[in-house]
Amino acid sequence: MPLLKVTDLRTSFHTRTGVTRAVDGVSFSLERGETLGIVGESGSGKSVTCYSILGLIPQPPGRIEGGSAVFAGTDLLRCRPEEARALRGKRIAMIFQDPMTSLNPYLRIGDQLIEPLLIHERLSREDARRRSLAMLEAVGINDAARRIDLYPHEFSGGMRQRVMIAMALITKPELLISDEPTTALDVTVQAQILELIRRMQRELGMAVIFITHDLGVVSGLCDRVQVMYAGRIVETADTRTLFHAPKHPYTRALQRSIPALQAKGSTLYTIPGLPPDLSRPVAGCAFAARCEHAVTACRGERPELREAGTGHRHACPRAHAGEL
Amino acid sequence: MSAPILELRDVKTHFPLHRGLIFRRDAGTVKAVDGVTLSVQKGEVLGLVGESGCGKSTLARTILQLLPTTAGTVLLGGRNLTTADAAEVRAARRDLQMIFQDPYASLNPRMTVFDTLAEPLRVHGVCPLEAIPARVHRLMERVGLAPRFLRKYPHEFSGGQRQRIAIARALALEPRIVVADEPVSALDVSIQAQILNLLAGLCREIDLTLIFIAHDLSVVKHISDRVAVMYLGRIVELGTAADVIERPQHPYTKALVSAIPVPDPDVERTRQRLVLPGDPPSPINPPSGCAFHPRCAHAVARCREAVPPLVPAGPAREAACIRLGEI
Repeated sequence: MPLLKVTDLRTSFHTRTGVTRAVDGVSFSLERGETLGIVGESGSGKSVTCYSILGLIPQPPGRIEGGSAVFAGTDLLRCRPEEARALRGKRIAMIFQDPMTSLNPYLRIGDQLIEPLLIHERLSREDARRRSLAMLEAVGINDAARRIDLYPHEFSGGMRQRVMIAMALITKPELLISDEPTTALDVTVQAQILELIRRMQRELGMAVIFITHDLGVVSGLCDRVQVMYAGRIVETADTRTLFHAPKHPYTRALQRSIPALQAKGSTLYTIPGLPPDLSRPVAGCAFAARCEHAVTACRGERPELREAGTGHRHACPRAHAGEL
Repeated sequence: MSAPILELRDVKTHFPLHRGLIFRRDAGTVKAVDGVTLSVQKGEVLGLVGESGCGKSTLARTILQLLPTTAGTVLLGGRNLTTADAAEVRAARRDLQMIFQDPYASLNPRMTVFDTLAEPLRVHGVCPLEAIPARVHRLMERVGLAPRFLRKYPHEFSGGQRQRIAIARALALEPRIVVADEPVSALDVSIQAQILNLLAGLCREIDLTLIFIAHDLSVVKHISDRVAVMYLGRIVELGTAADVIERPQHPYTKALVSAIPVPDPDVERTRQRLVLPGDPPSPINPPSGCAFHPRCAHAVARCREAVPPLVPAGPAREAACIRLGEI
């Protein structure tokens, strides 16, 4: 049985200007110890998917329209709030892009770190503090005994992200959801943080969902990748297949637009146009308007994810028919 | 080689720090840019890379004289901007324009595209008033914006389109040099590619000189002819873009290159990664000698003694490390 099984998740936002279907029928599952990358551009629904699973969508304006997210036997979308709270912060943890806005600026690092232990494991303050110290050392904070009593503003960006990771991992969760945890960091610090996540994952054997827009980060970290576009998964495969034999035109286009692989002077491939406005109904394939392979049929029926090989699924009927 | 269009000679930009509100006393100096010597040829694209806090944005603002220079000279076409009076600097701004990272913050939300693009033309009186609409039209075409957007406000555009407006504004005065500070960092990959193509095309077509600042080495490599790597206010390595990034010599550049994630799982799984320990040191109290020595795997006692100068390290190549031959 998978650790997490999400089925037909649909989340929308109801605003004055209309209903935005941010996540529109997303299904995936995650095994214990597995690392899943979710890739997509801004507005593709990758963060909303994870926030929905964790019950972090403000309702209203958000609304979970349907679907289920079963974590170890509990449907996170339908369980009582106290059941969800018992799982969140203990068996499921999350780290965010901006550690400065996720840490409480009024509390010392130590007080924030021991909180999950006091709540979920009912440890005494002394024991919790001891565990926190060990955790800070484990994530590579030098001089932890002194730094545990400092405030978040006294740390650098990379150190804050380490504190966030320590806080997320202190209860030894089975699932860690990371939402662009390295996007705001310098590459050298990003390399440190990715190395840390890799090491902690090995040590704790936890599953990781890694949300990012950076295909480079995904390629070194993840076992499996799913690409999202306009609130749907358009392709999912193991990392090697996705990078070496992508099938969906959007995945291919994303890859071709990365400057890393091109020489100076060559024109970068660009995807024409803009992502669709999700507050309007999209007919057929949401990518059709920007796709160089689109035919009339692409604008008719909404294509579903279908198997194209072992563990490789994508939602392009033309690629399935062998026409691309 | 002809005379460089822009020349920096030992440029320093320091910020004094004060403590206390009433009895202000000096509490040190942030040496954001600390001795940069650099020349840029006409039509060249120079990439400037480094981590946050290395002084690359301060250097950009110093070149434009948006910040006062503490020491050294900035020569634009042979004219010294650091000693020029306000009117001369203002005139020089026609030749020097800037594009900022965040097009949400750098465009005036109350001005339409037309107003934004017409303002510099009016202020500098570059053409008769009745010729302005035609010029704005041409500018919009140049950056790939449809003329029907003329009367729209910045909030009606996407990030990529806003960056196009910012580029058009920078080009309005037909400057000789454009300094772009992280112009694509806030954009999604597919949009980033559009803006990079636009900038590269402009450099080719109108022979624009571009100083391109970014922390993303792969972006810099794609667009630049030459690359300068900065660390804590100084240039530590300089050379042609492909050369510096494919064969880095300074230990810092090596670490920087090795930290870029490669979008190829086979490469990622097999390559050796040099993970730098710690954070960049504070520019208030930089380490003695080579500022990189506390994080450098090759540092020896000599590295702590004196600041290493940029020395030739191959054809059209310079690096600031005293152990170049040994490592």
